[in-house]
Amino acid sequence: MAPDVMTKLDPNSRAAAKGLSDLTIRNLFIIPTIAFLIIFNIFPLLYSLGYSFTDFRASTNAPAKFVGLQNYRALLSDPFIWKNFSITAKYVLISVTGQVIVGFGLAMLLNRTIPAKGLITTLLLLPMMLSMAVVGLFWKLLYDPNFGIINYFLGLGKFEWLADPDMALWAIAIVDIWMWSPFVMLLSLAGLSAVPQHLYEAAEIDRAGSFYTFSRITLPLVAPILMIAIIFRTMEAFKTFDLAYVLSSQPTTELIAIRLYKMAFQEWQTGMSSAFAYIVLIMVVAITNIYVKYLNKVKAR
Amino acid sequence: MTLKFNGMLAGVALGALTATSAWSEELVIFWAEWDPANYLQELVNEYEEETGISVTVETTPWSDFQTKAFTEFNARGSAYDMIVGDSQWLGAASEGGHYVDLTGFFAEHNVAEIMAPATVKYYAEYPGNSGTYWAIPAEGDAVGWSYRKDWFEDPAEMAAFKAKYGYDLAPPETWAQLTDIAEFFHRPDEDRYGIAIYTDNSYDAMVMGVENAIFSYGAELGDFETYEVDGFVNSAKAVAALDNYKQLYSYTPPGWAKTFFVENNQAITESLVAMSMNYFAFFPALLNEATNPHAANTGFFSNPAGPDGDKHAALGGQGISVVSYSDNQEASMEFLKWFIKPETQKRWAELGGYTAHAATLESDEFRQATPYNEAFYQTMFTVKDFWAVPEFAELLTAANQRLYPFIVGDEGTAQETLDALAADWKATFKKYGRGQ
Repeated sequence: MAPDVMTKLDPNSRAAAKGLSDLTIRNLFIIPTIAFLIIFNIFPLLYSLGYSFTDFRASTNAPAKFVGLQNYRALLSDPFIWKNFSITAKYVLISVTGQVIVGFGLAMLLNRTIPAKGLITTLLLLPMMLSMAVVGLFWKLLYDPNFGIINYFLGLGKFEWLADPDMALWAIAIVDIWMWSPFVMLLSLAGLSAVPQHLYEAAEIDRAGSFYTFSRITLPLVAPILMIAIIFRTMEAFKTFDLAYVLSSQPTTELIAIRLYKMAFQEWQTGMSSAFAYIVLIMVVAITNIYVKYLNKVKAR
Repeated sequence: MTLKFNGMLAGVALGALTATSAWSEELVIFWAEWDPANYLQELVNEYEEETGISVTVETTPWSDFQTKAFTEFNARGSAYDMIVGDSQWLGAASEGGHYVDLTGFFAEHNVAEIMAPATVKYYAEYPGNSGTYWAIPAEGDAVGWSYRKDWFEDPAEMAAFKAKYGYDLAPPETWAQLTDIAEFFHRPDEDRYGIAIYTDNSYDAMVMGVENAIFSYGAELGDFETYEVDGFVNSAKAVAALDNYKQLYSYTPPGWAKTFFVENNQAITESLVAMSMNYFAFFPALLNEATNPHAANTGFFSNPAGPDGDKHAALGGQGISVVSYSDNQEASMEFLKWFIKPETQKRWAELGGYTAHAATLESDEFRQATPYNEAFYQTMFTVKDFWAVPEFAELLTAANQRLYPFIVGDEGTAQETLDALAADWKATFKKYGRGQ
């Protein structure tokens, strides 16, 4: 760090009296964080990279054998793994699109003076405060074809939300949308309230239509913060495990995180699952990078 | 700050205290969270009364059991002295060095003779026919069936059944009868369904269910010595068995796509089905009026025979092993000596445990103790099990990936499914250099 950006220590302070220099204090703050990062993030990351090139199994005492790119080759040529990836992509698309539409819609509705606005906002935020596993368990009951309340209210009879292989992924995405739309709503609301009122007034004077106002003023100004919400939700949806694991065991809902869990902790294929985790990591980093690039472009505008 | 510091000191002192008591005689047995674990805790309380050594049965839900046990093994942890591990784990746990070799203990105490042969073969020995033993058979278990006696004994139903199928309505003796009865009672418009079977594909549930059909049809999963699978798991008999299992799925209640022991017992308690597949270990709950309003009308039968008269069932159950990383191995061995005593085994059965002790099993007292003990006794001499090789979980994954889309998702044919499974298993065995 350049010394000029550091504030100088007040010579009369207690720290100075104890003989602590600026540098010592800086190190005291930074070293624990750096150590934590190295021990719990960087070291395991590199260690598992090493494992990904071996046939290591944590459940045995057999020494790990170097197999080169064999794990990566096996994974990328496994049709079941590709199916997991396409299921995950479909899930992310449905779930994030749904959350943006519902969340942004709610934010638009709430971005005006209405009675009990604070209470309504708080109530709408409740779903995302619950635990994923709990949400999964009670939605499983809501979806139940024999006594579930959803079929009862929608008059769907014995419609099988989770047992139908084509419907199950949609059913899980609906739960995710229910749970996380409030998050998109919250960020959108922050963005919406930051749009200067005078722009709307100017648009009104120019007799701009409501769609024109929305697409030329509201959307462009909220876009950066909406993009941040989308980045967060995409990353989270990509990693979804608990919700899908609790709700359904259909092969059509086996997201990559579930497959990875089974490979690592049920089959104990430690080397193979490390390679799998790396493939997933690279994908998440790549997708996030595309988003961030786009975000910067939006901000520059 | 002072307060916090004092708190920390107290914590350290408490930790030191517990550590000291752990060092003195205290044993921990790890098992899954279910009724038999509670019965075992009651049993070991009597050990403490006799010897002063306290034994704790620590449990975790079934869904975490394998993961938690192997995480502890892999970390070479000494948290558990003994573990009541699943039969399929024998390969992984013995080759991984996690279990203490009990071959000497077996010879010294004649364990192979005093326990039922099938339990010794599947819960204790690895590799098959090697004469090397890793566990003391503890909880015998297999898949059986419960049924609604009142539905079966209703004169109107009996007459209608006889008119339709030409024979009397009674607990099925064959898979063909099982299928007929399931079809007969399947009446979605009355909210009444034919049968409850296992369909959960997250671990071994559905595979155990399908095994019941495959073994009874006279087919095998493969040759357990040469690791050959082609012509075994995809034989004509196995294909017919799988087709039969899929047919049973069409007589299950709606949404029956992720079901295991909890759902299958619920199917009886909620009056949903006529017959329900489940492990014997879960039957005590069905006889309890508090947990099953139809307890008085619930009957039991063993897995029916296949078309050629083969009668087998999928094995559940576990043996007790001593963990290699335990600091109390000697005390654990002493405990096992007490556990295999005839009087302990008798007490174990009385408390609700399914003993594997041959003499206790064969006694009239045991066989007449509950309505399902006779079926259990018969089943325990005809059980067969899944592969117990260290890579069993990979074999399970392949089985789930192939079987589930066919049974639940109606994809492909039974022959295609089992051919694909045979190819997957062959590749896995090749990867680990087994056979071939």
